[in-house]
Amino acid sequence: MSTTVTRPADTSPVQEEQPRVESHRPTHTFARLAVVVAVWVLGWLVLRGHQTLALPGAQLTSFQSWLNDVKNSFDAARETNVFFKVIGGLSDGLNWLFTHLQYLFSTPAPGRPVPEIGWVGVLALLVFTAFALAGVRSAVLVLVGTLAFGYLGYWRESIDTLLITLLAVAICVLIGVPIGIWMARRKGVSASITPLLDAMQTMPSFAYLPPLALIFGIGTASAIVLTVIYAIPPLIRITEHGIRGVSEGAVEASQSLGCTSGQQLRKVQLPMARRTIVVGINQCMMAALSMAIIAAFVSGPGLGVPVTQSLAALDIGGSAVSGGLIVVIAIMLDRTTTAASQRGEILARAGSGTRRMRRIVLVVLAVVTVVAVYVSRLRLSAAQFPAHPALQRPVSSFISSVTDAVVNAIEQVTTAFANIVSYGLINPLQSVLASSPWWLSAAAILALAYVLGGWRPTVTAAVCEAVLLGVGLWNDSMITLTTVLVATIIVVVVSVVLGVTMGRSGRTDTILRPLLDALQTIPPFVYLVPALALFGVGRFTAIVAAVAYGVPIATKLVADGIRGVSPTSVEAAESSGATVWQMITKVQLPMSRAAVVLATNQGLLYVLSMVVIGGLVGGGSLGYFVVAGFSQDQLFGKGLAAGIAITALGIMLDRIARHAAARHGRA
Amino acid sequence: MARRNNRSIRRLSLVALAAVAGLVLAGCGGSNIKSTTTASGKSCGPFNIAVNPWVGYEADAYVVGTVAQQKLGCQVNYKNLKEEVSWQGFGSGDVDVVLENWGHPDLVKKYIKGNHTGQDAGPTGNIGVIGWYVPPWLAKAHPDILSWKNLNKYASKFKTSESGGKGQFLDGDPSFVTNDEALVKNLNLNFKVVYAGSETALIQAYRKAEKNHSWVIGYFYDPQWFLSEVPMKKVSLPKYTPGCDSNPAKIACDYPKYNLNKVVATKFAESKSPAYTLVKNFHWTNDDQNLVAKYIAADHMSPTDAAKKWISANPDKVKAWLQGT
Amino acid sequence: MTQTVPATEGRSTPAGDPALVVDGLWKIFGSRADKVIGTPDAALSRKELQAKTGCVTAVKDVSFSVQPGEVFVVMGLSGSGKSTLVRLLTRLIEPTAGTIRMGGEDITSADAGHLRELRRHHVAMVFQHFGLLPHRTVIDNVAFGLEVRGLGKSERRVRAQEMVDLVGLAGNEGSFPDQLSGGMQQRVGLARALAVDPTLMMFDEPFSALDPLIRRDMQNEVIRLHQEVGKTMIFITHDLQEALKLGDRILIMRDGEIVQIGTPAEVVANPADEYVRDFVSDVPRSHVLTLRYVCRRPEGGDPGRGPALQADEVVRDAARQVLAAQDPVRVFDGETFLGIVEDEDILRVVVAEEDVAS
Repeated sequence: MSTTVTRPADTSPVQEEQPRVESHRPTHTFARLAVVVAVWVLGWLVLRGHQTLALPGAQLTSFQSWLNDVKNSFDAARETNVFFKVIGGLSDGLNWLFTHLQYLFSTPAPGRPVPEIGWVGVLALLVFTAFALAGVRSAVLVLVGTLAFGYLGYWRESIDTLLITLLAVAICVLIGVPIGIWMARRKGVSASITPLLDAMQTMPSFAYLPPLALIFGIGTASAIVLTVIYAIPPLIRITEHGIRGVSEGAVEASQSLGCTSGQQLRKVQLPMARRTIVVGINQCMMAALSMAIIAAFVSGPGLGVPVTQSLAALDIGGSAVSGGLIVVIAIMLDRTTTAASQRGEILARAGSGTRRMRRIVLVVLAVVTVVAVYVSRLRLSAAQFPAHPALQRPVSSFISSVTDAVVNAIEQVTTAFANIVSYGLINPLQSVLASSPWWLSAAAILALAYVLGGWRPTVTAAVCEAVLLGVGLWNDSMITLTTVLVATIIVVVVSVVLGVTMGRSGRTDTILRPLLDALQTIPPFVYLVPALALFGVGRFTAIVAAVAYGVPIATKLVADGIRGVSPTSVEAAESSGATVWQMITKVQLPMSRAAVVLATNQGLLYVLSMVVIGGLVGGGSLGYFVVAGFSQDQLFGKGLAAGIAITALGIMLDRIARHAAARHGRA
Repeated sequence: MARRNNRSIRRLSLVALAAVAGLVLAGCGGSNIKSTTTASGKSCGPFNIAVNPWVGYEADAYVVGTVAQQKLGCQVNYKNLKEEVSWQGFGSGDVDVVLENWGHPDLVKKYIKGNHTGQDAGPTGNIGVIGWYVPPWLAKAHPDILSWKNLNKYASKFKTSESGGKGQFLDGDPSFVTNDEALVKNLNLNFKVVYAGSETALIQAYRKAEKNHSWVIGYFYDPQWFLSEVPMKKVSLPKYTPGCDSNPAKIACDYPKYNLNKVVATKFAESKSPAYTLVKNFHWTNDDQNLVAKYIAADHMSPTDAAKKWISANPDKVKAWLQGT
Repeated sequence: MTQTVPATEGRSTPAGDPALVVDGLWKIFGSRADKVIGTPDAALSRKELQAKTGCVTAVKDVSFSVQPGEVFVVMGLSGSGKSTLVRLLTRLIEPTAGTIRMGGEDITSADAGHLRELRRHHVAMVFQHFGLLPHRTVIDNVAFGLEVRGLGKSERRVRAQEMVDLVGLAGNEGSFPDQLSGGMQQRVGLARALAVDPTLMMFDEPFSALDPLIRRDMQNEVIRLHQEVGKTMIFITHDLQEALKLGDRILIMRDGEIVQIGTPAEVVANPADEYVRDFVSDVPRSHVLTLRYVCRRPEGGDPGRGPALQADEVVRDAARQVLAAQDPVRVFDGETFLGIVEDEDILRVVVAEEDVAS
């Protein structure tokens, strides 16, 4: 998965331009930061515990109650309102479509004990499609992966997940690509849609799940809409970037030849942006797949169901097997789309002999596929996946016992470590952030934003702080901010260490990269139980989960940055007798500074996207409220408010980090 | 470009052709596979059971669902949902029944008394007990801890990095409205309520505490499959009297015992579906549920298999449920 | 450089309507650009205007005309506004003020459809970075302009093939641009422009991205094509050698303004100011100057002896004859006697060059 499989806002590499540098004053930044922090700590010493705006768990502010009322009036209106009728029709359509896809491929069709097309037929279709679009290697991968669906006992769920992902991605492409094109052509449109995309990517899905289920009904339609909301932003952003990135020379040349704007789009911009758009589709698929679990919470079909059920039974092996199949699907989709995008190019340049050969092979395979489909309709053995060998139980027991053994062996150490970090780092930091009077923390954050990034991020931060105050969750936001900061720091440290090692050694890279890919795509729900076993309930476990999720992307970015350092510079340093340490600290790291900055930014966003998951293991505060708001009717408003607060925190941190990087990153 | 496009169009059309051919065949074949008929002639139709995310509920849902499918020929749809969303589904027809309801006065107020989309369908026979629990080793080592009056004595033992200098009281799954913050305050306990965030986290914490003999106290409930693995001990709180919990801020008494009940969609109740009669009649004991839950959670059976196993072992109970269908 | 015969004519001045007339053309970038012209601010220098209003003047009150068949070179350093100027001519960039007439037609007021027609049929452009479409083969790139026009596939292929042959790329029709060298890519660009059979061709620094040897080949190619197809050409460059080599006339720009317009010899012989003088100071003058600029009026009129040469003969080419002749060479502009050239006149030019070189 060299084209990073990502989940949240894969923002900066392509999507947004670096902010404008206001002025460059590298001197004294540290001194000024130190002054701000010192004033803050002094203020905290004197005033701690006062005016912290802490709000007891079950208590609601008027804004939060108001959100409840809005939802209730929504609920009341659904029988009569035209809006609901229209949306209802839409959801019915989606449900109908998906049900029939299921009858075709995954669930017993009416009047039959099996789907219309049995497993042999489905397998043949998938392999054939992979071969036609992406070549032999992808076909073999798809073959092995699809067999794994069945032998690991989740044939139907896996096919359902595949179907729902592809359907959601198809919708994303239909909507997202035109919007991306529109944004590329109109600056104003871009400026007005971008914040919406930010919100769609940072707002935790749990926060709006109940009203979504209210509008689109419980089931597939909601699951699809949920997936589209989360998966469409990367596609839109990357499409916009792709169209914008088409060489100005080619565009100008086409203009000078008298292209109409339609011709320009069809003949120049779209073909030239094709590969970038495929990358966008790839990212969109990965994001869609990462919603497989959440979709299960509104009764969406697929692998999310066994993952959550295993979680309820604390069955580590079971959730690892079903979650692992999501990784398998991710790898299949990722490799196939990536190979397909490169293949177009290769094929176009192949000689005509090769092409004729290929056509013959394709026709033969198509015939084989058709026969397979036909047979799979006739014979039960070709329709129902063979029950033996059933690998699910052995594999999951094995995983469970290995995990247990590991946990038993290192539990003492890890618990002690969790305590050290909690007492030594999290508690003091949280105390300063959350038990200072709110105005002190707010002012200090603004001051830090100003010192780091100038007045622009300071204005953004002020607006975000106002939002935090407005939704009535200041104190909890500060607690969540603490865990987010600690997790981000750990992500950066770990990813720099790993990334430098990977960047310097090709072998380490080869070994680590697939592991990182898997860690990035496996649903975090899968490793919650072992994490709880190792570190106990608490904020540290939430941080561990966030770190596990943030490290892969950050590490890959750092490794790529290190590898991108010009060999000449490395050679020059070597020839002047630099030690390994000098090489890393004086040449490789400084020269890949941009990559480290980007890794920090991405790591931050990934960590933020795990706040809610953290709430499930004792992270508390905003993450917990989002989950609670999803579960309890009277806490809905508080949950949504917490979701808004998370988005505000995310935007605030992202802007400060980006402006700081723009200012100090190019020294 | 034109050529390239042609090529990819050709490629696409090949794929499409194969797909279409496959679909056509799919439409006309199908002789060797026998068509299925519904198990009995009764008109049951679709039956939507909400499945709330805990194993005991799964046991209820899959036992009732499997009976409905096998004996009544219903087309059973299991909907994995949390409580709030489940109740919300009564009105839209997405959900027909919630099989294990723990009180939830907020939802009762909104959906039964309020918009009448749901209605009570009688008790399941399970008695729900909510309370404060400690692991068995602790109850054995310090028997006096089982009274709330002695909790402050041990408060410092329960201290963790999360509890800010006080003893940690672990609160549970966010699904349920708990009184624990109020209890701690009103009973003047030197504890801080810490939210574990999920049932999974809670169970893992208790499991770990029992294994390592570490100190933990928290919110838990029965019936729960985990109690057969680690029989957590209940700490007695001031006795529950009707009305002692009427003012949430002033609560200083134990949780009531819940007669867990079934809630159905009004539409479903009025539909005269045989599945409704089944739901009405459904009644079993905590032991029954714990057994099925154990099949699922400890023996790793699939919920359907677990349900089938229990059903074939308990024909009499099942027969009673089917009366009048 | 003592000689001063007033020089007014270019090397070629065909009769008829001009191919292009530009009058009072302005381009100011900035949010309130249209508010500048007509105010005293317009007279400010580029720096002053930017400091005062934030607007940048790219092209400032430029007027000139180009004759049919002429090669008209616009020369200036980077930032002088020359690339903007050429884009204004077909409104790839919208002018802020001024008029452009092409073959008698007002471009500045043309609507979008009209403008498109003009670009499709009358004007073609060759770009510095080629502007080829990487996803198309050479032949499809060359045929692109015809395709845009709506020409059928077989027709445009035939025409494109002719152009491919014309620019010497036969055999590479099926290659993709990135499989070709820079020089070959620019030949594709050239063929693409020629394919639409334009009346006016514009070259925006077409060879500056190429290495020197290739550049010389391509310059010769342009000269050859100009001789073969006789198009009117507007050629942008920052390379004075190139300008002198190709241009019938040269327009020198600085900071968006015209500094001088004239034939190569005029520019070298009579630089308009220090800026141009500096520019032309290390030009091999004998390659550029014509006899017109070195001949002197003899005291007694036409001496009547000695060989006769035309005034537009370049010094270098005439040198041998002048040195070989017994008597001063007589210089004529057509039938009109201009003056005489002696050995020392020639030597002055050549020696001055060596001074510069040393």
